[in-house]
Amino acid sequence: MAGPITKRLIIVAGKGGVGRSTITAALAIGATRRGLRTIVAETAGRADVARMLGGRGADPLVEVELEPGLHHLTIDRRGALEEYLRDEVPGLFGAAALARSATFQAFVDATPGMSDLLTIGKVWELVQRPRRKPRAGEYDVVILDAPASGQLVGLLGAPRTFAAIARVGPVARQAGTIERTLTDPHAVGVIAVATPEQMAVSETLALQASLTERFGIGLDAVVANRVLPSRFTAEDALALARAPDDPAVRSARWFAARAKAQRAQLARLRRGVAPARCMTMPFRFEAALGRDDIERFAHLLRAAKP
Amino acid sequence: MSQLAQALSGKRVVICAGAGGVGKTTVSAAIALGLAAKGRRVALVTIDPARRLAEALGLDALDNQPQPVDLARLEGLGTHVRGELFAMMLDSKRTFDELIELLAPDPRTKEQILANPIYGHISTAVAGSQEYTAVAKLFELEHEKDYDVIVLDTPPSRHAIDFLEAPDRLTAFLEGRALNALLRPSGRAMRAAGIVFAALRRITGVELLDELTTLFRLLAGMLDGFRRRAADVHVLLGAPETGFLIVTSPERSAIDETVFFAAELDRACLHRCGVIVNRVHPLDPAPHDTVAVAARLHEQLGSRLARKVAHTHVELQRLADRDAGAIDRLRQALNDDPLCLPDRGLDIHDIESLVALNNDLFAG
Repeated sequence: MAGPITKRLIIVAGKGGVGRSTITAALAIGATRRGLRTIVAETAGRADVARMLGGRGADPLVEVELEPGLHHLTIDRRGALEEYLRDEVPGLFGAAALARSATFQAFVDATPGMSDLLTIGKVWELVQRPRRKPRAGEYDVVILDAPASGQLVGLLGAPRTFAAIARVGPVARQAGTIERTLTDPHAVGVIAVATPEQMAVSETLALQASLTERFGIGLDAVVANRVLPSRFTAEDALALARAPDDPAVRSARWFAARAKAQRAQLARLRRGVAPARCMTMPFRFEAALGRDDIERFAHLLRAAKP
Repeated sequence: MSQLAQALSGKRVVICAGAGGVGKTTVSAAIALGLAAKGRRVALVTIDPARRLAEALGLDALDNQPQPVDLARLEGLGTHVRGELFAMMLDSKRTFDELIELLAPDPRTKEQILANPIYGHISTAVAGSQEYTAVAKLFELEHEKDYDVIVLDTPPSRHAIDFLEAPDRLTAFLEGRALNALLRPSGRAMRAAGIVFAALRRITGVELLDELTTLFRLLAGMLDGFRRRAADVHVLLGAPETGFLIVTSPERSAIDETVFFAAELDRACLHRCGVIVNRVHPLDPAPHDTVAVAARLHEQLGSRLARKVAHTHVELQRLADRDAGAIDRLRQALNDDPLCLPDRGLDIHDIESLVALNNDLFAG
């Protein structure tokens, strides 16, 4: 497969504020354009990607077709719990009422890994062919707009955490199955989004280390977002330093200094994640990103060379 | 006295709040440094500092108590520090353990709780545990009366409001009212609890329920302690000597968050002592037109570089315009002048940059 989408499940990771949802939206558009039946999943009740793609947030756990071939799903804990009880526990009556009861909610909160397990379990269910959810359509690719890095490790580790506490019962059995799928590098790819800044790069490298150490999987690709162009040469920078004070000169100095700092961080990122590929997305001087920008990112991501 | 110094005068606790990713940790470090420079004995509690900031402050993850920061290095930078600065990195799990040690009725209960597999999860992974322990640490340090001021950086949550709500949510959770209905049902709840219990046994097995029952039975003896703590914390957060400083970036979502959070602070009768807008692109009041700017700089820079500079300036002014609009919106919503810090175009990670930020903060 061409482009960055090479697996059935793509997990898009990255710290807050680096443009992760924008990149997720662009990846989803790219996959759809290649004729893949695609779904974007967001966790914790969010619908940021759906809004970026012009949709409105729907009820949790309802799969919505935003445009032909491009679907979206918001996962929240309560919805996932209710669906789980309804579809996976045979002969359990009153699943909805049970899921809504305060007692049951408190139980889910108190149980290590249970809440995360329900969320990641739903992601796993989306990947299944045939689907376990009755009458649900199948997808060629599932793209998860993952929570920030630290939480992502918790999410992926949930089956293991849970299995350590509840050693018997259907949930414990399924936890094992889910873990095997989610840590299969043939089925799952992680794409990390970072800006070329010290903290974002450090977090990406830390994520890579914990994915490898805990789950034996690496990063498939890294998207370096908001990269400034190399506009000023070293010679230009010298001329700017000598130039008399002027607002425009100050802007140019700012730009040159920032671009230089970015280049250093970008080099550190590339070194750290090699041999995973690193794709760069340009900084956009727009007040707010629109559909055009996302289309442009989708095009750039598809065209990126390995 | 600067706008910020004035807002912070008389404060014994400064809480830096705001959405994640706006540079809160760095700003709180710069504020702590500034207060120390003015002669006060300051404790800085950070949550998850970048490695280089941690190194600059000499922070060591192994300690859960403030340690003195070596400020001798600042003398060379022209900043004379009259006071003292102590800093620590919050260890959530350890702070929770310390709380259990403090509140447990006897050593045996304490040991049993700390060894319970579910307890370990609650103290680190249950929603709000980091916020809860941050406040617990703040309370402990304030209680010791060892410092003139404590500056608290808050956990990197998606929403600033999580910080205010999480401690209550966690207290309610520890009280376990909902779970008690399941674990120790009485009267009419008996039948409902029976149904839930039977369902849970089928789904997760009985072992897990046993562990949960044990833990909440152990915690039950400490509930009064937790409740008293929560009440004391409320008093501390609402005291006139406690100030909330909201840190934001000029991006739309962060500004929306700030407006909302400021209203929540007012509603809860908590004292906000200012808003800091971090990483603002400086606005050039002159009209910015590529041709005119290039013409102005042509002589000094040559036409090629002048064109590039003009182009860059116009692009950055687009961001500056956006920022100015956002700050205006903030000013109107809060009826207060936010303090704007320029985007310096560099990652702040060493003492030198921290001093620069500190100068921006306390200038004027």
